[in-house]
Amino acid sequence: MWEYTDKVKEHFLNPRNVGEIENPDGVAEVGSLACGDALKLTFKLDENKRIKDAKFKTFGCASAIASSSALTEIIKGMTVDEALKVSNQDIAQYLGGLPDEKMHCSVLGKQALEKAVENYRGAPAMEDGAKIICECFGVTDREIERAIRENNLATLEDVTNYTKAGGGCGGCHDAIAQIIERVKAEPKADTKPRLTNLQKIRMIEETIDREIRPSLRQDGGDVDIIDIIGNRVLVATRGACATCKAADITLKHFVEHRLRELVSPDITVEEVSK
Amino acid sequence: MKPVYFDNNATTQVAAEVLDVMLPYFLEFYGNPSSMHTFGGQVGQKIRLAREQVALLLGALPEEIVFTSCGTESDNSAIRSALTTRPEKRHIVISRVEHPAIRALCSHLSLQGYKITELPVDKNGNLDLENLEKNLTPDTAIVSLMWGNNETGVLFPVEAAARMAHEKGILFHTDAVQATGKIPINMKNNVIDMLSISGHKLHAPKGIGVLYVRRGTKFSPFLIGGHQEKERRGGTENTPGIIGLGKACELAAQNMDKENSSVNRLRDKLERELLKKIPQSRVNGDIQNRLPNTTNISFEYVEGEAILLMMNELGICASSGSACTSGSLQPSHVLRAMGVPFTMAHGSIRFSLSVYNTEEEVDFVIEKMPAIIERLREMSPFWKESGQACRKQ
Repeated sequence: MWEYTDKVKEHFLNPRNVGEIENPDGVAEVGSLACGDALKLTFKLDENKRIKDAKFKTFGCASAIASSSALTEIIKGMTVDEALKVSNQDIAQYLGGLPDEKMHCSVLGKQALEKAVENYRGAPAMEDGAKIICECFGVTDREIERAIRENNLATLEDVTNYTKAGGGCGGCHDAIAQIIERVKAEPKADTKPRLTNLQKIRMIEETIDREIRPSLRQDGGDVDIIDIIGNRVLVATRGACATCKAADITLKHFVEHRLRELVSPDITVEEVSK
Repeated sequence: MKPVYFDNNATTQVAAEVLDVMLPYFLEFYGNPSSMHTFGGQVGQKIRLAREQVALLLGALPEEIVFTSCGTESDNSAIRSALTTRPEKRHIVISRVEHPAIRALCSHLSLQGYKITELPVDKNGNLDLENLEKNLTPDTAIVSLMWGNNETGVLFPVEAAARMAHEKGILFHTDAVQATGKIPINMKNNVIDMLSISGHKLHAPKGIGVLYVRRGTKFSPFLIGGHQEKERRGGTENTPGIIGLGKACELAAQNMDKENSSVNRLRDKLERELLKKIPQSRVNGDIQNRLPNTTNISFEYVEGEAILLMMNELGICASSGSACTSGSLQPSHVLRAMGVPFTMAHGSIRFSLSVYNTEEEVDFVIEKMPAIIERLREMSPFWKESGQACRKQ
C-alpha cells in the first residue's frame, strides 16, 4: 500500500478541473495507455494572457490523478511563462509530497504543461497526429509507418522486429497489415521536385513570413534569417523569443517542423548568437 | 467498518477454531518439543497430531510432511534440494506465470550457471503439456509448476506433468499454495515428489508452511541446524503455528464441499453481474479450468490502483495486476504471459473469496463497482474515443 498524503487522497477522490475545455488556447496529450499513465491537458487564457481555466483528463493511478488536479489548480491565474516555471517538485510539494516511486506522475504533469504551452505557441495540437496501434507496447501508427518506409519492411514480422508492434496480444495484426499496404501504395518520397538553392532560400523566406512569423509575433517574438547554408537555416531570435527559455523548443518543434513540412524534410534550424 | 474482504489469495482470516487451538501454546504450553521433560515433550504430541491432520488433507503420510516457515521457504527448499541431490544436472523447467518465490529464485540460479526454461501459457493461461515434454532434457534436474495460479486461479495439469517428468527420471515440484484447501488433492493418486503449502492462505496464521516430500525422495535440507523435522528443516518448531495449521487443514477438508459449491456460486455471481453491468470488461484466465474462489476481471481504459483506492473508500479489499500497484513499470507478469493487452492489464482487478464471504457482500460489491469504473472512465482521456471506436467495429 502506498503512503499517500491526505492531500493526495483528497485530490484523488475529489479532483478539481476534470474535463476538456472547448476551443482551448493550449492542448497537450502525454503518456499512453500502454505506459499506464496518460494525461490530456487543456487551458484557456483571459484577455490579460493569464490562464483563466485549465482542465485535465487522466488515465492512471491515484497519484497521477491527484498530480493532474494539483497542476491545474497551480497554473490558474499564471501567464504561460510563469506556468512554465512550475516544476514537477512544485506539483509534488503542493500535494504534501509523493512516494519516490510515484514522482513520475508529477513529471507527467510537467510534460503536459510544457507541451500545452508549445501548442499554444504554435506547435500542432496532435503533433504527429499519432494514434496508438499496438496497445501492448504503445507503438503509434506514425512510428510503424516510419519504420516501414525507412527500412523497407514488407511483413508483419518485420514490423514486430523493428518496432515491437504486434509482439504482444496480436490484436493489432490487421491494423499493422493495413499500414504496410498503405505505405507500399504511397508514391515514393522523392517525387517532390528538387529545388535549386535559390528556390529553396526563397521558399524558406516565404514560409517564415507566411506561416511562422505571425504566430511568433502574437507572443511578442520574432526570428530573423541570418544565413542559409545548404539545408542549415541559421536564425536569430528577436523580441520575446530572445529572452524566452523555451525558444529552442519553439525553434525545433515549430519553426523547423513547419519548414520541414513545407519546404524540405532535410532542413535543420540553428540559432546563432544575437 | 468491517471490510468486505475479497482478497483471500493474498492472505486469509485466521479461523476462530484455529486461533482457539493455538492460544494455549503461548502462555501455558510454551515448552520446546525437543525437551526431555513432560512439559516440553507433551507439545511434541500435539505436533504429531497436526502432522497427521495436514497429511489427511493431502492424502499423504505424516512422515512426508515437513513444517517450514512459509510457502516461499518451501519452494526454495524444494528447488535447492533437487539441485543438491542431483549435482550433475543444471537445467530447471518452470512456467512464465510462477510465483516470485520460484521465478526470482530461478533468475538468481541462472546467474550461477543454471539453465532455466520458462514455459509459455496460452491466452487463457493454460499450459501446453506437449511443449513441456519437448523441453525436458537429460540435464533437467527438476520441473516446478504451480497447481493453481494466484492471480487468475487457472489450474495446471500438474499430475500429468509429474508423470511426464518421472518418465524421464526428472523430479517434480508443485507450488500448491493457492490450490490447497480449495480443490481436492490426493497424493496417493499422483507421482508429485514435492509440494508447497502456505498456512495463511487457508485460515492458519502467517509464518507457517509445509513442504510435502514424498517418501523415498532424496532430500537435502535448506535450513541446516538441529534434528527437527527428521533433519529436513533445522530450527525450533513454531508450535502454535504448526498446531494452528493442523486445525486449519482439518477445517479445509470439512469445507471442501462448501468451497466448491457456495463459494464457487458467489464467485460466479460476482463475475457474471460485474461483466453484465460494466461495459468493456472481461475475465482473464480460463473460466472453466480454475480455482472456485478466484476471478480476475479487467476494466478497460481505467487503471487498477485508482480502482482499488476507490474500492478502499468503501471498505472493499481486492488486488490488481496493474503496474502502479507493483511499483514496477510493467503490469503483472502473469497477464503479460497470457498476452493480455496492456490497456486491459492495467485495469485488472482480482477478487478472491473465502468461506467467510456472504451473499450480502457480493451484492454490495456488485452494486458499488459500476459507479467506480464509470467515475474513473469519465476522467480517462481514452474512454470516449474508444467507445466510439468500438461502435464502429
